[in-house]
Amino acid sequence: MWWRSASFILDQRNQDDAASSTKPETLSVSPPQTQSSYMAAAEPFNQNPNPNPKISAYYQTRAAHTGVVTKDWLAQAQAAVGRHPDDVPSPGYEVETSDSGKSFSVIHEFNNWRKQPDLAEAVAAIRALAAVIRASEATTMMELEIELKKASDSLKSWDTTSISLTAGCDLFMRYVTRTSALEYEDFNSAKSRLIERAEKFGEISCKARRIIAMLSQDFIFDGCTILVHGFSRVVLEVLKTAAQNKKLFRVFCTEGRPDRTGLRLSNELAKLDVPVKLLIDSAAAYSMDEVDMVFVGADGVVESGGIINMMGTYQIALVAHSMNKPVYVAAESYKFARLYPLDQKDMAPALRPIDFGVPIPSKVEVETSARDYTPPQYLTLLFTDLGVLTPSVVSDELIQLYL
Amino acid sequence: MEARRPTRAVIDPKVRHVGFFAPPANPLPGPNSTLLSGSPAGNSLSPVMIPPPRHPSDRSPAVPVPDTGLRRQGSDHVPVGSYNPSESLLSSSPAASSPSGRVGLADGEFSEESDGWYRYRRSGSGKYDLPLPDTTPEKALDYSAKSSAAPVLESKKPAHVSGKSGKAVVEEQNELQSSSKRPKEKTTKAERRALQEAQRAAKAAAKAEGNKSAAVSGGGPPSKPVKQPSIKKDAPPVSLSIAASDKKGSDRPPEKERKKDVPPPRMQFDDKSRVEKAKRRSVVHQTEARNRVELFRHLPQYEHGSQLPDLESKFFQLDPVHPAVYKVGLQYLAGDITGGNARCIAMLRAFKEAIEDYSTPPEKNLARDLTAKISSYVSFFTECRPLSISMGNAIRFVKSRIANLPLNLSESEAKAAVCSDIERFINEKIILADNVIVRHAVTKIRDGDVLLTYGSSCVVEMFLLYAHEMGKQFRVVVVDSRPKLEGQALLRRLVANGLSCTYSHINAISYIMHEVTRVFLGAASVLSNGTVYSRVGTASVAMVAHAFRVPVIICCEAYKFHERVQLDSICSNELGDPDAIAKVPGRMDVNYLNNWSNKENLQLLNLMYDATPSDYISMIITDYGMIPTTSVPVIVREYSREHLFI
Repeated sequence: MWWRSASFILDQRNQDDAASSTKPETLSVSPPQTQSSYMAAAEPFNQNPNPNPKISAYYQTRAAHTGVVTKDWLAQAQAAVGRHPDDVPSPGYEVETSDSGKSFSVIHEFNNWRKQPDLAEAVAAIRALAAVIRASEATTMMELEIELKKASDSLKSWDTTSISLTAGCDLFMRYVTRTSALEYEDFNSAKSRLIERAEKFGEISCKARRIIAMLSQDFIFDGCTILVHGFSRVVLEVLKTAAQNKKLFRVFCTEGRPDRTGLRLSNELAKLDVPVKLLIDSAAAYSMDEVDMVFVGADGVVESGGIINMMGTYQIALVAHSMNKPVYVAAESYKFARLYPLDQKDMAPALRPIDFGVPIPSKVEVETSARDYTPPQYLTLLFTDLGVLTPSVVSDELIQLYL
Repeated sequence: MEARRPTRAVIDPKVRHVGFFAPPANPLPGPNSTLLSGSPAGNSLSPVMIPPPRHPSDRSPAVPVPDTGLRRQGSDHVPVGSYNPSESLLSSSPAASSPSGRVGLADGEFSEESDGWYRYRRSGSGKYDLPLPDTTPEKALDYSAKSSAAPVLESKKPAHVSGKSGKAVVEEQNELQSSSKRPKEKTTKAERRALQEAQRAAKAAAKAEGNKSAAVSGGGPPSKPVKQPSIKKDAPPVSLSIAASDKKGSDRPPEKERKKDVPPPRMQFDDKSRVEKAKRRSVVHQTEARNRVELFRHLPQYEHGSQLPDLESKFFQLDPVHPAVYKVGLQYLAGDITGGNARCIAMLRAFKEAIEDYSTPPEKNLARDLTAKISSYVSFFTECRPLSISMGNAIRFVKSRIANLPLNLSESEAKAAVCSDIERFINEKIILADNVIVRHAVTKIRDGDVLLTYGSSCVVEMFLLYAHEMGKQFRVVVVDSRPKLEGQALLRRLVANGLSCTYSHINAISYIMHEVTRVFLGAASVLSNGTVYSRVGTASVAMVAHAFRVPVIICCEAYKFHERVQLDSICSNELGDPDAIAKVPGRMDVNYLNNWSNKENLQLLNLMYDATPSDYISMIITDYGMIPTTSVPVIVREYSREHLFI
């Protein structure tokens, strides 16, 4: 049992090496056309002979979000669609993956899936891995498993800063291979069982957002004020469902500097006729009095039950905690990661440049980390597709999944 | 008797006044014996109080198997009282034997062992039901059938019984016709003495109750059995303190149901009568320390240094204890083996050696006899030093492996199977687990970290050395405390390996904590509410670290996890030698406490462990990965079974 986690450490180390050697591309969190165009746009940037090591793929995800907010970016993105979106993966990976025979397709598959609107990156990865099984020409279970492992490794190393991608791949491996498939004597039936499970897992993951939205409805009451930080599609789905259910509530959106994700969310909510108020990020404590609950998404849910999310979540959770306001987290279960940060610095940092509008003297250091870790004691509940969980249950679920 | 234990657990705390309770000269036994003897049945002393003569190997078989069945039978029939001597006699004698067995196990221990024992018994009896023809209930029946004929068939019975469950009947046999028994049962000195005492008590009882004994008139044998049932009836009204012990009789059936969920209470060392009983049977004769702290009276405390020479001199006399076991026991006693893992491995290795040399006596079942042997070893260990929780879990494992041996195995196969299981336990649960923990832990340090550790934990040491080997740049602060100064040994090894270290005493913890970035601690056990049970002082370190917002990381193998919940360090703990804190080595001038034991109003407390609340702990690193304290129950639930049935 223990080896699982031990190998996990090793995997991570390898990934780190891989990450430092090659610059991964964008993440998928934005709508596909933007995504692909963005990648196309980002191509020159990544192919830079001396790529800026201070900018992580994580930032690029966020940049993609920003792209929606700024119209010109969108236009540019639109224009870029139809160019060659799929040659994005860096040659390094092509080389690395092609030696594994089949998995060369996995990145392509992944990118194809990502083009579907609103498909989370982890789900895209899950679909891609399922496709690996389907396309596999392996003749033994062992071979198949190794192939799958390679594919998932290459996916994971594709972007090491994305927690949900890593977690999704890990979970898929667990979920699919932990079946009793190995008991089948017939390889084909075993394989079809694996595919079946993979499909099922993909389906579950797809529905996750919907489930969470349904679960969270009981917590949104008429006349409540909800503080939202950052842009999360799950949170948006939750609020959308609440609006559709004719609940009366208003939303405070933080601005979400530097990528202004809050602006995007407020746009979406305005479309739904939900009363929205925009706050600058530093106004969290000022307006906390009026707030009834805090709703945030998560980049990853870690073993302690805490979350890793966009920078600023921690301080909002602290303020909410000190004012006894509940902090709710909406996160799909494929974001449950086998990480256990002890403090803020104890994570692989995801960096991004910050535009301050004025030139910053070179002597001035800028904190460019894009996310922070919120310890479990500041969270009230986690809405996941597994149910509404207290933070401590996360670890239980993870233990049961992985051990 | 199992029934009895849970009851005690429930009742004792109410009866016992902890803290502000002036220690009466003779709290329990006094009223107990006098009142009881005053009552018609009072002499019941004999069955209940006097442990049957004991021969470690024989003693236990009586307990695990026939125990439950017989007891039940006893409780069913006995309440009626005196009129069927033979029946009551039978029922009483197992009762008599069993508490002793129980006490033997519990005695001197503060921890798991009783649990393991208890558990085993439970599972064992249940298990036996299935495969073996002579299971408990059946045996009970068998017994009862025989019991009706008992007076007649006296001579035949002992032979039969001794084959199966030996001791249970032996005692009564002693009284009935010692002559018939003698040739069959080899008696040790202890046995003979116990027998004499039993007879004396019986006689006294008979004398006290002239009328009663007249009615019974059978002389020695009937009088004694009669009492047993009557105690049960009479006792409750008699006195509060007694009520505790009696009650078990009356509400046994429900207790039985419940017992499965209730962990067995440990022996409470402020319960004088039971301590006396336990003492009589113990191999190691220890003198109790004086001037004990009231709050900790329920824990065993002996004067150090007195037993060792005594035991050493007995090395060649104690045939029932295997030499390897004996050796390890002495090492525990002398403090040569310390540390949860080391003690556990030493114990398991000793067991292994003993099992290899073991041969099933004729007419005995290997599984049961071996279990009994192990139990007797365990009680020997317990006498040497209270067991640690890790040892309790390991014992549980060994016993369950023995109990689960397939019946069709030959003796040598069975022995080999058990030995390889033991070896595997050592490898997988301790050695490999340590490696995994080390590899997890190393991911949690960064270059430039300052790590603080307290005392000397072997996993933490392995981790520090491994991290150093990996080329991590960090500094270590070793915090230590009197009187053990275990940190110095650790410090020496770390420095020898080229780590840069700082050594400090716990008094300076709040000063040194400023610069620390991680605290790594070992643990004797992790309890299911997340409480970490560890070397005394750990809680202070964790608390200070928490106050300074320094993450506290506990490294603990999963086999040390226990399902018990503990809220303080009082209920279960171990008391060390008070002299150790009274004296300062190398400082002759610090002699203010030289004659402390003569001062009535001075009590020294040298606690060995403390309980760290889960709030102060950021993470527990186990062989199953890194978990928050809230997940300990999950590990316990999911994997404690695995410990037993690898």
